[in-house]
Amino acid sequence: MIVIDNVHKAFGPKQVLRGVSMLIPEGETTVIIGRSGTGKSVLLKLIVGLLEPDEGTITIDGRRVDLMSESERYQMRRRFGYVFQGAALFDSMTVADNLVLGLYEHGERNTEVLREEVVRNLVNVGLLPDPRTVSASVFNQAYEILANKKPAELSGGMRKRVGVARALVGSPEYIFYDEPTTGLDPITSEQIDDLVAALTHKLDVTSVVITHDIFSVYKVAHTVIMLDEGLIRFRGTPLELRSSHDPVVHEFLERYAHSHAEVP
Amino acid sequence: MIGEDRTTSSDDGEEGGLLNATFGALGRVLMGFFAEFGRIVLLLRSVIRYIPTAIRSRRLVLEQMYMIGVGSLPLVLLIGSFTGAIAALQATNLFAKFNLLALARPFVGGSIATVVFTELSPVLTALVIAGRVGGSIAAQIGTMKVSEQIDALEMMAVHPSRYLAMPRVMAALVMMPMLIVFSDLVALLGAFLLVILKFTFQPADYWDSIRRFFSVYEIVVGMLKSATFGGVTALIGCYVGFNTEGGAEGVGNSTVRSFTLSSAAILVLDALFGYVL
Ligand SMILES: Nc1ncnc2c1ncn2[C@@H]1O[C@H](COP(=O)(O)OP(=O)(O)OP(=O)(O)O)[C@@H](O)[C@H]1O
Ligand SMILES: [Mg+2]
Repeated sequence: MIVIDNVHKAFGPKQVLRGVSMLIPEGETTVIIGRSGTGKSVLLKLIVGLLEPDEGTITIDGRRVDLMSESERYQMRRRFGYVFQGAALFDSMTVADNLVLGLYEHGERNTEVLREEVVRNLVNVGLLPDPRTVSASVFNQAYEILANKKPAELSGGMRKRVGVARALVGSPEYIFYDEPTTGLDPITSEQIDDLVAALTHKLDVTSVVITHDIFSVYKVAHTVIMLDEGLIRFRGTPLELRSSHDPVVHEFLERYAHSHAEVP
Repeated sequence: MIGEDRTTSSDDGEEGGLLNATFGALGRVLMGFFAEFGRIVLLLRSVIRYIPTAIRSRRLVLEQMYMIGVGSLPLVLLIGSFTGAIAALQATNLFAKFNLLALARPFVGGSIATVVFTELSPVLTALVIAGRVGGSIAAQIGTMKVSEQIDALEMMAVHPSRYLAMPRVMAALVMMPMLIVFSDLVALLGAFLLVILKFTFQPADYWDSIRRFFSVYEIVVGMLKSATFGGVTALIGCYVGFNTEGGAEGVGNSTVRSFTLSSAAILVLDALFGYVL
């Protein structure tokens, strides 16, 4: 369980978070929504210690992140998967190396094990066909082509999915997704949503998803949190979100309803 | 009258203000310098902590050694040969000016060698490397910083000092002295060609002179210096890279900043070496 208590964060004169307190329950999916620039990404980075709060504390399974030693912090991070908003793939490395860098650097040198992990997760995010549905030679060919590509040779959506696949490597207990479906086509988006939901259900993963995609919210969320102007504006189930009378929440949902209604 | 009055009355205040402002600015610059120096030392400490992992991560170190060593060799050879030729030209011209060339003949080769081994070759090579290697380290790590790749490393529980900084610093420490040996050799050749062709020396004169004055100590000093310069250049490149902010523009600034800082460091260290050794 992750407990966030009264967290403040500013960048220079810019106050981003002004006292955020929340609880991320085990084995559930928490979705964070909110307008651009309200500090959603900053909040995720604060939790894993990539940024430090100016005030307030973050506790993961009873241990305060700010009091952890460097090695404890790295130990903690090995239990996390993190999908970055901009994918953040290592651009000097192939897709396969991107996925297994962490495992390799922590001592896993068995190429069979590494390859299996790459295959499993690329299939998970739909970048490779299910090996049971195609012949081995077709699959291997598809694998060789994709696994040896550099990030610069991929489309934006493919990069995003490789980013998701990389976060799943090593079967983490916590997975943080920073806008995993932004920029993807509706079919792939749905596939990723299904994946997020399935991981939570089948593997008891605790997920936190930042999204601008209202369909994802309804599909995966146990709890929805809306950030507004550096504070939590709403917290509740997707159903409660839909029936909220808060004007800010209401306006936010209205906009989505309209933007999607306009699509022919 | 009124104008004069105003000047005198405001003079006092302005002088005090100016003095304060000057000291304030100087103070800030000094504080900034020491804070930055402190952070570089911290980075150095964490690089040193990870040196024992170099064997396990030899692939990373070897990659960097190739980049720094083999990649820089053509440029180092070019600079080295011209350095030698120019040093020879200056030395012989000077002797010729005072009509001492005949007398100086036995000393020309040896004095060129000393100057090249201890000063010219290490410093000029280091400055070239500061531009080529330091700049590229800062740009590469800076790009990784602004595109969240450093954060991604952190999330894989891979320490950036171990994965990025240590291999670069190690590779520079090892490769720079090797580059210097090549640079020394071509510099002697460059000088040789010049004195033979322009001043019609006998080849034997030149090589005898070098052999007579040659000391291993000078080469060792040159290699020691260049290892230090290389290590510092790589360290500063990493430091500047890790502290890059603000997209492509930030990366560009980092490249320049890394070159400026490391060339200043090289010249200061060279003066220190001259004082100590
Ligand atoms: N490293 C940083 N340095 C300075 N300012 C930052 C930094 N990171 C974030 N900010 C600022 O913090 C604010 C919140 O950023 P954040 O990325 O968390 O927004 P967000 O809610 O994720 O928005 P979006 O939906 O567009 O991704 C922004 O105004 C941004 O400019
Ligand atoms: Mg964001």
